[in-house]
Amino acid sequence: MGAVQATLSMIREMAAAMEEHRKHLTKLDSEIGDGDHGNNMHRGFQAALERLENTNPQTLSDALKAVAMALIGKVGGSAGPLYGTAFLKASTTLSGKEDPAPEDVAEAIEAALSGVKQRGKAEEGDKTMVDALTPAAKAAKEAASSGKSAAGVLRAAAEAANEGAEATVPLTARRGRASYLGARAEGHMDPGAHSAYLLLDAAARSLGA
Amino acid sequence: MVGIVLISHSPRIAEGTAELVRHMAGELEVVAVGGDTNGALGTDPERIQSAIESLDTDEVLIFMDLGSAVLSAETVLQMLEPEVTRKVRLVDAPFVEGAFAAGVLASTGAGAEECVAAAAEARTESKLHGQE
Repeated sequence: MGAVQATLSMIREMAAAMEEHRKHLTKLDSEIGDGDHGNNMHRGFQAALERLENTNPQTLSDALKAVAMALIGKVGGSAGPLYGTAFLKASTTLSGKEDPAPEDVAEAIEAALSGVKQRGKAEEGDKTMVDALTPAAKAAKEAASSGKSAAGVLRAAAEAANEGAEATVPLTARRGRASYLGARAEGHMDPGAHSAYLLLDAAARSLGA
Repeated sequence: MVGIVLISHSPRIAEGTAELVRHMAGELEVVAVGGDTNGALGTDPERIQSAIESLDTDEVLIFMDLGSAVLSAETVLQMLEPEVTRKVRLVDAPFVEGAFAAGVLASTGAGAEECVAAAAEARTESKLHGQE
């Protein structure tokens, strides 16, 4: 399977995950955010899928860029620019790599993380998607250097993201609407951290891991 | 000449602020961008981009209300052509008061630098002037 085709099946898997978990993400977001994360992510990934199917990109980098532009344009909340930037950074990292090695996949996740941190001005511990993506990038790098496949790298990233998302529950938020809630945000999982896990999980599944 | 783009989650806040600024500042290019792609509460980077590109002024000041309005504006800034990006400034100021202060100055022919300073000052400007 070519990299463009693999991107298409990855985005299809991500869009399906956003559809399946739309209500749950919205519920998490209603507790500490503005309650639109599930719908926004669903809409964004539907748009990304449509754009991929309609524009027929020829390279992995262009495919990821098309996804980024759709997310930036269609999500409607902060998640659009944030995930859009993540895909844009990944697309730059994977430019010219039509058969990415496991190390390239790990580097793309690292680039996505740094893009999100820069765009959202968030650090680890702020109760954001950075708390899922930071351990994910670390686990991906370790998996790549221990000889795992690209699918294995994504699986390791997804598992670490899941733990990272769970670990946001006791935190006080320092970014977004939840940051106005002070201690009242404690005891709730960050919806962005959870969606980051769901997306990495879908990416891993699309490669059979 | 300085033009102004007002980005709010709410179409009515963006439009209402533009109305207020236009009323007090007269001949000034002000564009309101409110809501997401469906007109619901949110932000729409594609419309922000067209708004910036639609302004025929030497300098553009962008005012944002909250959260994703800021993220969207910053993202758009990176997507614009460099010659457009150069004339755009994101203003860190209260939305209504800042746009109002900048708009009034801009209508007198002041440059972006001066307008931004006035907008930033609006953050600490007392409304009750010590009578509270």
